[in-house]
Amino acid sequence: MKVLYFAWLRTRVGHAEDAIDLPKNVTDVRGLIEVLRAKGPNYATALKDLNTVRVAVNHDYVKLDHSLKPTDEVALFPPVTGG
Amino acid sequence: MIRVQREDFDPGAEIAALTRGRADIGGVVSFTGIVRDLAGDRKIGAMTLEHYPGMTEKQLAEIDAEANRRWPLAASLVVHRYGKLLPGDRIVLVVTASPHRDAAFDACRFLIDWLKTRAPFWKLEETEAGADWVKAQADDNAAAARWEKPASKRPRAAE
Repeated sequence: MKVLYFAWLRTRVGHAEDAIDLPKNVTDVRGLIEVLRAKGPNYATALKDLNTVRVAVNHDYVKLDHSLKPTDEVALFPPVTGG
Repeated sequence: MIRVQREDFDPGAEIAALTRGRADIGGVVSFTGIVRDLAGDRKIGAMTLEHYPGMTEKQLAEIDAEANRRWPLAASLVVHRYGKLLPGDRIVLVVTASPHRDAAFDACRFLIDWLKTRAPFWKLEETEAGADWVKAQADDNAAAARWEKPASKRPRAAE
């Protein structure tokens, strides 16, 4: 599964993209975030406060209970500030 | 119609192109967003707009489609830039055209309010103190929230 990071989530994680093999018992976004947090302190810091994290799957906004498929493109980013 | 681009745009030329040969359009409203040189009391040297290619276009197209569902628009256009911008540079253009002005005014305001809270862009401001990611504004969320009600339930001025 492709996981992308943008803005300060990208700078805190330290890179823009990961390829993640989702464990069988992980089925939703919340579970994926737990897997990422366990990858290291940079991830744990970036994903500490989920109030400041937005999630998109295949270019649509989703909530934390959204079910994931291995072919999904997941993106994690802060609230947007364009316009 | 939506466009995401690094290059500058000419609002006048965009409006002219959108309305050329259209006798059904009674009015055109446009909004142009420009980079300010101040963030609070900090002087901004430059701003870099990061975005999420693919999702940006999809979200802008959905917002544009929603505007066209809510109001009887004859034409609409959203152009949003990304990359490095300097104070005074144009960032975003919204143009709406309709037979009567109310729809064009309301839809233009709706488009800029919604894209500010939905289109995946992030501003990195460069100041003398260093570079900082701009925080999302509560004001922007409030501005977007007022459009949550269906358009038919909002009071409409007589045309």
